[in-house]
Amino acid sequence: MYHSLIIMVIVVKYFASISDAIGKTSEKIVLQHEMTVGEVWTDVSKNIKYAGKVMMAVNHEYVDDNYLLTDEDEVAFFPPVTGG
Amino acid sequence: MYIEIINEEFDPWQKLVDYKKSQLKDRKNIGACSVFLGTMRDINSGDEIKSMELQHYPEMTESYLEKISENTIKKYKIIDTIILHRVGLVSPSDPIVLVATWSEHREDAFEATREIMEALKSEAPFWKKESTDKGFRWVEPQAEISEDMNEV
Repeated sequence: MYHSLIIMVIVVKYFASISDAIGKTSEKIVLQHEMTVGEVWTDVSKNIKYAGKVMMAVNHEYVDDNYLLTDEDEVAFFPPVTGG
Repeated sequence: MYIEIINEEFDPWQKLVDYKKSQLKDRKNIGACSVFLGTMRDINSGDEIKSMELQHYPEMTESYLEKISENTIKKYKIIDTIILHRVGLVSPSDPIVLVATWSEHREDAFEATREIMEALKSEAPFWKKESTDKGFRWVEPQAEISEDMNEV
């Protein structure tokens, strides 16, 4: 019986107060199995102090935290926007 | 439809005149132009603001501003729109955002300009970081809304 090994590479970008909390503006992450964008956030934020609301985008579109990622996706995590 | 993200001080009125002359001079059906200009205040949440850094997510910002403009053009009878938005280091009284819409009748232009601004403030990925005597702080969206409501 075969278990296919899934390896995906995604780019994750951080902005504003979330970028400050994480200490970086972007990184490449290798996923060994299928993950939702919410699961990636849980992973990358486990050692940081950030209690605010998190907005999530994939390939420049807002998504819910249950969005399933695919290879080469560009993910972004940021706080609610304050332009204008 | 025109969208520009600008990382230096700009004259919104000159930009408006230039655009009108270059892109709309032959549009004789225009009967109304509605303009919103947002500028930086020197007070927010009770503190004096010395300057402000406007950060954005370039790839997503442009596509969202396009989407907001397209949706508004579809919804109202709009002939054309422009959105200009500053990024980078901004000083009090500097222009931050200019939205202008052109239509045959004023109701469409009024409504479209307001709708573009409301959508921009809730969807377009920009963030403000203020410099005060107490240090730097990121602007919270809720604080801005409650303060705006108090002004009404």
